Amino acid sequence: MDNTVKEPLIHLSKREDMSFGKKWLVRIIAILLSLIVCAGFIFIIIKMNPVEVYEGIVEGAVGTGRRFWVTARDALTLLCVAVAVTPAFKMKFWNIGAEGQILMGCVASAAMMIYAGNALPTGLLLVLMFVCSFIAGGIWGIIPAFFKARWNTNETLFTLMLNYVAMQVVTFCIVYWENPAGSNSVGIINAPTRAGWLPQLFGLDYGWNLAIVLLLTVLMFIYMKRTKHGYEIAVVGESENTARYAGINVGKVIVRTVGISGGIAGIAGFILVSGSSHTISTSTAGGRGFTAIIVAWLAKFNVWAMAVIAFLLVFMQQGAIQIATQYNLNENASEVITGIILFFVIGCEFFINYKLEFRKKHSA
Amino acid sequence: MSVLITFIQKAVMQGICMLFGADGEILTEKSGNLNLGVPGMMYMGGIAGLMAAFYYEKLAAHPNGLVGMILSLLAAFLMAAFGGLIFSVLTITLRANQNVAGLALTTFGVGFGNFFGGSLSTLAGGVGQISVAITGDAYRAKIPLLSKIPVIGDIFFNYGFLTYFAIIITLLMAFFLKRTRWGLNLNAVGESPATADAAGINVTLYKYLATVIGGGIAGLGGLYFVMEYSGGTWTNNGFGDRGWLAIALVIFALWKPINAIWGSFLFGGLYILYLYIPGLGRSMQEIFKMLPYLVTIIVLIITSLRKKKEQQPPESLGLAYFREDR
Amino acid sequence: MEQTYAIELKNITKRFGKIVANDGINLKVKRGEILSLLGENGSGKTTLMNMISGIYFPDEGHILVDGKAVSIRSPKDSFDLGIGMIHQHFKLIDVMTAAENIILGLKGNAVLDMKKVHKDIQELVDRYGFDLDPAQKVYTMSVSQKQTVEIVKMLYRGANILILDEPTAVLTPQEVDKLFEVLRNMRDDGRAIIIITHKLNEVLELSDRVAILRKGKYIGTLQTSEATVESLTEMMVGEKVSLDINRPMPHDLKKRLTINNITCTNEDGLHVLENVSFEAFGGEVLGVAGISGSGQKELLEAIAGLTKLSSGSVIFHSPEGEDIDLAKYDAAQINELGVRHSFVPEDRLGMGLVGSMGMTGNMLLRSFRKGKGFFTSLKAPKELAEKIKEDLDVVTPDIDYPVRRLSGGNVQKILVGREIASSPAVLLVAYPVRGLDINSSYMIYNLLNKQKERGVSVVCVAEDLDMLLEFCDRIMVLCDGKVTGIVDARKTTKEEVGRLMTSHKEEQ
Repeated sequence: MDNTVKEPLIHLSKREDMSFGKKWLVRIIAILLSLIVCAGFIFIIIKMNPVEVYEGIVEGAVGTGRRFWVTARDALTLLCVAVAVTPAFKMKFWNIGAEGQILMGCVASAAMMIYAGNALPTGLLLVLMFVCSFIAGGIWGIIPAFFKARWNTNETLFTLMLNYVAMQVVTFCIVYWENPAGSNSVGIINAPTRAGWLPQLFGLDYGWNLAIVLLLTVLMFIYMKRTKHGYEIAVVGESENTARYAGINVGKVIVRTVGISGGIAGIAGFILVSGSSHTISTSTAGGRGFTAIIVAWLAKFNVWAMAVIAFLLVFMQQGAIQIATQYNLNENASEVITGIILFFVIGCEFFINYKLEFRKKHSA
Repeated sequence: MSVLITFIQKAVMQGICMLFGADGEILTEKSGNLNLGVPGMMYMGGIAGLMAAFYYEKLAAHPNGLVGMILSLLAAFLMAAFGGLIFSVLTITLRANQNVAGLALTTFGVGFGNFFGGSLSTLAGGVGQISVAITGDAYRAKIPLLSKIPVIGDIFFNYGFLTYFAIIITLLMAFFLKRTRWGLNLNAVGESPATADAAGINVTLYKYLATVIGGGIAGLGGLYFVMEYSGGTWTNNGFGDRGWLAIALVIFALWKPINAIWGSFLFGGLYILYLYIPGLGRSMQEIFKMLPYLVTIIVLIITSLRKKKEQQPPESLGLAYFREDR
Repeated sequence: MEQTYAIELKNITKRFGKIVANDGINLKVKRGEILSLLGENGSGKTTLMNMISGIYFPDEGHILVDGKAVSIRSPKDSFDLGIGMIHQHFKLIDVMTAAENIILGLKGNAVLDMKKVHKDIQELVDRYGFDLDPAQKVYTMSVSQKQTVEIVKMLYRGANILILDEPTAVLTPQEVDKLFEVLRNMRDDGRAIIIITHKLNEVLELSDRVAILRKGKYIGTLQTSEATVESLTEMMVGEKVSLDINRPMPHDLKKRLTINNITCTNEDGLHVLENVSFEAFGGEVLGVAGISGSGQKELLEAIAGLTKLSSGSVIFHSPEGEDIDLAKYDAAQINELGVRHSFVPEDRLGMGLVGSMGMTGNMLLRSFRKGKGFFTSLKAPKELAEKIKEDLDVVTPDIDYPVRRLSGGNVQKILVGREIASSPAVLLVAYPVRGLDINSSYMIYNLLNKQKERGVSVVCVAEDLDMLLEFCDRIMVLCDGKVTGIVDARKTTKEEVGRLMTSHKEEQ
């Protein structure tokens, strides 16, 4: 027989049976590899000892109590947005519009603070802000969902466009809310009275942020796993045919789910305005709407894994910002490093989902 | 009259950035890849072109505008193509989700641009201090004689070389997609990779080439912004949302390059319309800035209502291809 | 001297996970002959051919073309060897024209000369007498036109080894005759042709030799001249087939469904059901026969409330004596009305079940709305899952193991088990035993029979006439969306049903 005949060098097949531990091993290896590449990048570009840089990152992210809480606060916000996109994505509705939904929540919250800030008691004001941002974000989700449900309009592109409409809504509002006049920014809202600011909880500055996000996370976990709605979402995401078969009104589920998804993103906007920045600008959402999609996807929609990934990403970002000031670099280094880490983590899923078989060395 | 001419000129200048981006993305999407990393790749192209010109002018004894131009053009194309390559490896070889990989690429690319842009500014002595005057001037050189013709010269011949290059690339791409064998094959890959595969087309190769070259073309949009629009300098985040507008333009053009040409001028016009309508308050200006996005949304809705086969996105857009899927 | 074959397969094995789709298959085809590859659904015919056409790569074994060992890693390799495969699901790009599809992936001048291409195609079309406009867009074509495009595509590329995967399944008898004529012409040109089929009459009419596969294994090759329907059937199914399905006599018939003149249109505005009327009774099995795509799917979905009707009514006579017109409601409302009907759809994992969920999750599919409140209760579905696993011998590591990873037989047991668990008044089943092994098949027959004896009205769509004749009480035949006859299954013959299945077309 002719033994020069060759099989393809690498043969691919799908696998679904990798153990939990092995999956995380692959991911950890990917993160380590990405850190090595980042170290190379840092060394080549700025000629610094990468180990020192990494120490600087850890120092910057959690080095002091204050830094730790800033990291935690931002991680919580990111987690909140990731939780928000989860139900839509689980339904295979590509909601790329979280950024805009957050901003609409911000607008609603800021509007309440500015117009009703000194007229209402704190508790009522906060509740109203919470509800209004939920509604505002929800509407921003329902619009594309309606068109998807009714005419199958491409939701990826629709939600993407709505982000920028939302940004213009923000700049529109800034014109009216400008403070001081001519600055083209809103400034700290209600700085003297702190009306509409989330107060301390358990003596923690960001106690409410923590409480709200953790509660939402737990609720979302239960919603997806244990409720009729969550079941419907899972069925629609798996197959619309099956959903129809089971008598599920697919359109209704899409609109409702994306409404909830947008609403929670709106709550993230509330947390940003009321619980951390106390102001509003087009960059208040700061790309979290996009990063959260990556977080949710990498976590395979498991809310607990999302918490870990969100913390890890923000940790890197905060750390990078710190070394940037420390070494007189610019803070965008953090995005470069985040990008590189994401590439590796996204890429490594392949080795979890597929099996590579190399050509066997046999002659026929 | 002169206001109208200025408006048209400015609209074209805005449009060309998006046209490059849209061209690159059309080519990419024709292969079935939805690369949301376009904004990132445009940043990467812009900064790489600027750096090439900067270092050339700094190091060469007698810098020559033409050489600077060629160097920056190559650098911009290659760097953005590298962005496309990262996306390709992740989505084609490693079969990662395209939306996720694209967004990560945008995070990376925007950071990359701002990081080096910021560093370069520091090196040059402060924000806005980067000067690549010689190369910049070469990019901004207008067509002699023709540009002097009144009105017609102002409207048609008053732009730098990249403007005409963009239109030539678009026309070539239209020809490529419509009239050549490779264009036909590429269309097939985007419509149905399984069919293309069965017809003996190397799906992976086509996807890689389209995505990498598409990335490079998109990067030229960033270069255009840096060189001709800003005259060879860098401001962090100065490029703004034009990358996303380029993606919007792809939808608006219904994946046809020729439509992208006039679409880009329309988008450019809508983008700056608020400056030219007298009596607009600042708040109304902001509303006007929504127009390109609103128009895109309306086009999106209308095409989904009409369901005309020829106007839909490539059938397999956004999906990874695995031959042995079962 | 050893004769060289156009194509020769040696010991080919292909596995998908734990399933062995092909187990050590040997096959030879000469030039100038037509070989039929015969086997039941799921016997591994298509998988085997996909390895010749480069879609799959064999795990073990060798492929020889013209006596030379080759490695076919991609469809391109396959083309280069002169192999052309016409798949059951056409591989055509809808938005392109016939000509564009035909030249797809070919080498040649970079700039296309479509005029010349059209002319060349027209010549081929005229030579064989096809009916094809090279400039027509594929999405406007009928199924047989699309098949024509596929065949012309292969001819245009000069394929000399042609593989056709169940080419006649979607054709009218006239179209079949025409196709066979073309195939014979091509054989006489010295081409090697493999036709995948499970229809014995076609094997006998067309082919020179016939190779038989059974459950992924190679059984043998016969000269067609020496083969008979009986011998082929025996090789195909193993033991001599008297299906020997138990069929209790229906008794105590009660009218459950009255279908009045229903008409149903598809996306393209074509009638997929036209003025269909019949009645179904509790206590009997009504079979529905027809060529695939004659409206069977739409009929069941219409009764289940999943398809909108353009006209007509579906009256359900409930055991409580009410008459409800189901055509006025959708599936969700029918469910709320408390109409007890169950549906086992053709697409088990894509419609009847949620592949990524376990048995428990799938039990919930029909009952998750039950109970007040916001939360789902998992207790009842868990118990039901355990019971079905026990009663029907479902082989699964765990009741929460994703059903997608189970074998076809187990999947069907879970689906049927769930559907009969709600003690329906009407039970709709589509292709209940397709792809199932013998044991599972009999278990399903028994389950359905039990339902019939309990007074359930069973409506069963199937393609296997032998099964319909032995299992049903009455058989309704559909052709082109119309009812061409309703016959007594105990008295009719296979020939009569076969004639009704195509009768409408022959009248034309």
